[in-house]
Amino acid sequence: MSTMEEPLYPIAVLIDELKNDDIQLRLNSIRRLSTIARALGEERTRKELIPFLSENNDDDDEVLLAMAEELGVFIPYVGGVEYAHVLLPPLETLCTVEETCVRDKAVESLCRIGSQMRETDLVDWFIPLVKRLAAGEWFTARVSSCGLFHIAYPSAPDMLKTELRSIYSQLCQDDMPMVRRSAASNLGKFAATVEPAHLKTDIMSIFEDLTQDDQDSVRLLAVEGCAALGKLLEPQDCIAHILPVIVNFSQDKSWRVRYMVANQLYELCEAVGPEPTRTDLVPAYVRLLRDNEAEVRIAAAGKVTKFCRILSPELAIQHILPCVKELSSDSSQHVRSALASVIMGMAPVLGKDATIEQLLPIFLSLLKDEFPDVRLNIISKLDQVNQVIGIDLLSQSLLPAIVELAEDRHWRVRLAIIEYIPLLSSQLGVGFFDDKLGALCMQWLQDKVYSIRDAAANNLKRLAEEFGPEWAMQHIIPQVLEMSTNSHYLYRMTILHAVSLLAPVMGSEITCSKLLPVVINASKDRVPNIKFNVAKVLQSLIPIVDQSIAEKTIRPCLVELSEDPDVDVRFFANQALQTIDSVMMSS
Amino acid sequence: MDGGDEVAEAPATPPQPLEWKFSQVFGERTAGEEVQEDEMMEPAMEVWTYVDYLLLKIAVDFSIASSDERLSRNLPLMSSFGSRRMELQNHAIAGSRMSACLVDKYNWMWWNLEYVDIISAIEFDRSGDHLATGDRGGRVVLFERTDTKDHGGSRRDLERMDYPISRHPEFRYKTEFQSHEPEFDYLKSLEIEEKINKIRWCQAANGALFLLSTNDKTIKYWKVGKEPYLEVQEKKVKKISEMNMDPLKAVGNGGIASSSNSNIGKQCLANGGDKSYDLPSNDLSIPPGGFPSLRLPVVTSNETSLMARCRRVYAHAHDYHINSISNNSDGETFISADDLRINLWNLEISNQSFNIVDVKPANMEDLTEVITSAEFHPSHCNMLAYSSSKGSIRLIDLRQSALCDSHAKLPTVTSSAYRFEEPEAPGSRSFFTEIIASISDIKFARDGRHILSRDYMTLKLWDINMDSGPVATFQVHEYLRPKLCDLYENDSIFDKFECCLSGDGLRVATGSYSNLFRVFGCAPGGTEATTLEASKNPMRRQVQTPSRPSRSLSSITRVVRREQSPTGAEAPGVDANGTSFDFTTKLLHLAWHPTENSIACAAANSLYMYYA
Repeated sequence: MSTMEEPLYPIAVLIDELKNDDIQLRLNSIRRLSTIARALGEERTRKELIPFLSENNDDDDEVLLAMAEELGVFIPYVGGVEYAHVLLPPLETLCTVEETCVRDKAVESLCRIGSQMRETDLVDWFIPLVKRLAAGEWFTARVSSCGLFHIAYPSAPDMLKTELRSIYSQLCQDDMPMVRRSAASNLGKFAATVEPAHLKTDIMSIFEDLTQDDQDSVRLLAVEGCAALGKLLEPQDCIAHILPVIVNFSQDKSWRVRYMVANQLYELCEAVGPEPTRTDLVPAYVRLLRDNEAEVRIAAAGKVTKFCRILSPELAIQHILPCVKELSSDSSQHVRSALASVIMGMAPVLGKDATIEQLLPIFLSLLKDEFPDVRLNIISKLDQVNQVIGIDLLSQSLLPAIVELAEDRHWRVRLAIIEYIPLLSSQLGVGFFDDKLGALCMQWLQDKVYSIRDAAANNLKRLAEEFGPEWAMQHIIPQVLEMSTNSHYLYRMTILHAVSLLAPVMGSEITCSKLLPVVINASKDRVPNIKFNVAKVLQSLIPIVDQSIAEKTIRPCLVELSEDPDVDVRFFANQALQTIDSVMMSS
Repeated sequence: MDGGDEVAEAPATPPQPLEWKFSQVFGERTAGEEVQEDEMMEPAMEVWTYVDYLLLKIAVDFSIASSDERLSRNLPLMSSFGSRRMELQNHAIAGSRMSACLVDKYNWMWWNLEYVDIISAIEFDRSGDHLATGDRGGRVVLFERTDTKDHGGSRRDLERMDYPISRHPEFRYKTEFQSHEPEFDYLKSLEIEEKINKIRWCQAANGALFLLSTNDKTIKYWKVGKEPYLEVQEKKVKKISEMNMDPLKAVGNGGIASSSNSNIGKQCLANGGDKSYDLPSNDLSIPPGGFPSLRLPVVTSNETSLMARCRRVYAHAHDYHINSISNNSDGETFISADDLRINLWNLEISNQSFNIVDVKPANMEDLTEVITSAEFHPSHCNMLAYSSSKGSIRLIDLRQSALCDSHAKLPTVTSSAYRFEEPEAPGSRSFFTEIIASISDIKFARDGRHILSRDYMTLKLWDINMDSGPVATFQVHEYLRPKLCDLYENDSIFDKFECCLSGDGLRVATGSYSNLFRVFGCAPGGTEATTLEASKNPMRRQVQTPSRPSRSLSSITRVVRREQSPTGAEAPGVDANGTSFDFTTKLLHLAWHPTENSIACAAANSLYMYYA
């Protein structure tokens, strides 16, 4: 008996803490619910733990959220799928709480359980639950019910199916806009499970009601249903029922509705086929690209590549490209920025000739945009254009933009461009880099902003990795070491940092011959900050260099530093000495 | 809609004036404990518009870290500026010079307990079953209706129920909670008062009530409901019987699979709070039936108590003082308006909001107009109205564009007929016109067709389909017009009176000075205009001031602006010469029950309820 004591004790504590005052402990216990369940055994989990959890629904949201999540994967602990239904009651209560994220998680878990349940159990347990929630007194329950129909419906007998469809259509006409919104956003999922015959009648009439809802917020969710429904319907039905709706929506009074259309339109093109796309959807999309509201243009511009991929190149060049040209000089910087982030993707779609002729001028104008985000977005997608038009053409126009960004007065812009340098250099090749970018990389090491210097040091390391130690030996190391005598101690510190990053890449030999002397030299600096950083760098060099060098060169230097008047220098020097000792010991 | 039967019965003739009766009072102070909210100040030298007033307020906030309006009011005397527009820095310097001599008065006010009790917001919920008040001390007090509660059942049922005609709404104290605390913004060196500026009810759910409350800077979303766990936790934890680990008793780990409390003598340490323990890893062999010795905690108590929990805090989105919040009919969004901007929030998302109106000019010296109040349309989720200090109401359609600075409709007061005709002294016309045109509050009628606005002297009812002028104008306290100069000097002219409409839209009400408030009938042809006093005897000062709602422009001139005469010895404040009219007792906040003829109004720290 006392042997059982030891392993049981922690579980017992865990169980007790389900009701602790401290939310952290309760949360911890809930997260280990599976451990508790295993310790209790399947039968007691069903008979005691689950009912206990069902009552425990007045806890903090965080605990409830964790509980909803745990219960979703609880089937093995209650004895397999035949007992899965015992998990429904606690989740049903969680479906009614007022916190949306808890309800959503409970619905998600219910769907997960429901999809594993046996068909008869679904009819006996799951469908009644859906019906109860759908008839709930408070809107919270009704909102949750909408997300469960697609699980319940397929296994229901015909009578029940009719009832479920009519309940769903009731929910779509609920007094509460929240319920209607939930019904609208789940309509696609539900429709996917409904038989084609009912799809055209019941679901389409529900859909039409939703598209005419007087609440803006409901209608714009109906837009999402358009694409989902469109994919379910036969092309001719889609053209007859969905196409007019989406074309109407694309001219809706509300910019939020048009915004949703702009986001979704390309998905519908596939559903309706090429001809209606050409006659109806392309004009609708062109309208959206020229919308009055900048938000709508942002959404439309962001989808321009996806849309063009669906179209034939001729259509894209004829209809879309003129709009793209306009957007590239849009008054809103956010529109231009959204365009810049995707426009590169158009190059493969249009082919080389059209790209050089039509797209390149747009790239170039965006590269010269006054708003740095726009330029950055172009540069970050450079590889895509490179494939189409080749680097020579690009590099001529690219370089000025890069140089300008590298010297931007906002340090975040500079930071962003530094992060693209390794990518750029791999695209552009060693030759181009040596000529044009090398100097910039060194210049950043002396930036006024710490983050930039830090990033610049990292950048050197990544370049060394990219082009190899030999190249770095020629093009990076000499310049870096030159700066080690900079008059400002912060810059000298940056160099130390760069050295510590470069050393592992350069390997033992170069480190010993080139880098180490510089570091040792720096230990005689007059600034204590430099000195203790030297100690730190030396510590990081110990594993890289030979033991003999460590003994001969590093140790004496550290010993000297360990007698420094400054307490911090002594501290770090002693730490480094300990590392040497432990390396020596282990070898 | 309840209460609409009056219209149905007598569409042609206006409804009879209501006979108002006292119903209840909460927190009435005893005689002699008059709260002196405002002190008389020396007259200001310059003409100040509401905007100047506000600029100064902002400046003083920044400089002396005080949001007390009173401090700023003497500033014109101290600094010798000539132009109306001054740089904020000047204000700031003046403010700090000023602060020393006012600190005493300020402290007096601040530490005066009465001050924090003054009600600063009143709001009925949509069903009329609950009433919330907020005060300067940052508290929110909830009242619940008692005359219908006996029926039990859900709120939904109650909403639909027909109340017996003879009953009038009665409320009782339900609960209260501290919504806001005084704060100090260290970055801006600015004190944030805890005073509740507005309360708005949200959709109830799961038997709990939800509301939004705001002070100058921060909006909070509250849930008030029966919550057994947190508050009574102390008690409840003790009532958890049958723990596995009992620090006093032994653990029942005897391997007996019975429910009996057989304790086998094995002493245990405390609940492992400080003890680091390892959970059994997966290789721990668990017998197929589990460990029978483990027990779940059993909670024996089901005690619940009403408590308020702050669900969300919407902060750091307003540079200026929030003057209104309003929730949307879509049930998921709300707006908050400060002096220069209106932001749109999702109730579920507290870390971002969208700016939908921004009237801040690039240069603050160009500022001529500020936002004074904003409200969503009761049923169209895309429409909202906001009022300005220049007397205009703007109706905007959120569907048109993301930033709604260009307006859907611009009903503005343009006709000179709405300006007063007999200036007190030559030149005073230009002095006060702009100030008294400033709208202090707007409310949509429940039908969504009409908007009620209150400016300093009048109530105006607008039809949203007619932007050329109001459909009706009601003079609230015309007898004060000769005293505008005094009102300006003691800054009463900047008081922000609220207004309200009855649920059926047939009557409107607003407050005035001397704890008076006025109810007007706005049915066509009606002349109902009642003056009531917030006391146990509301009709005490009933004076039938002949003020008819003016339907046409010409009738405005016929408004008899007779001086209010004293009705007897018991009303000494109302004097024909107007020398001792009581500006200190003003009735700023009031609300009309959504379905019944019942008004709740705040007189300083007391909440009075009337019915008819």
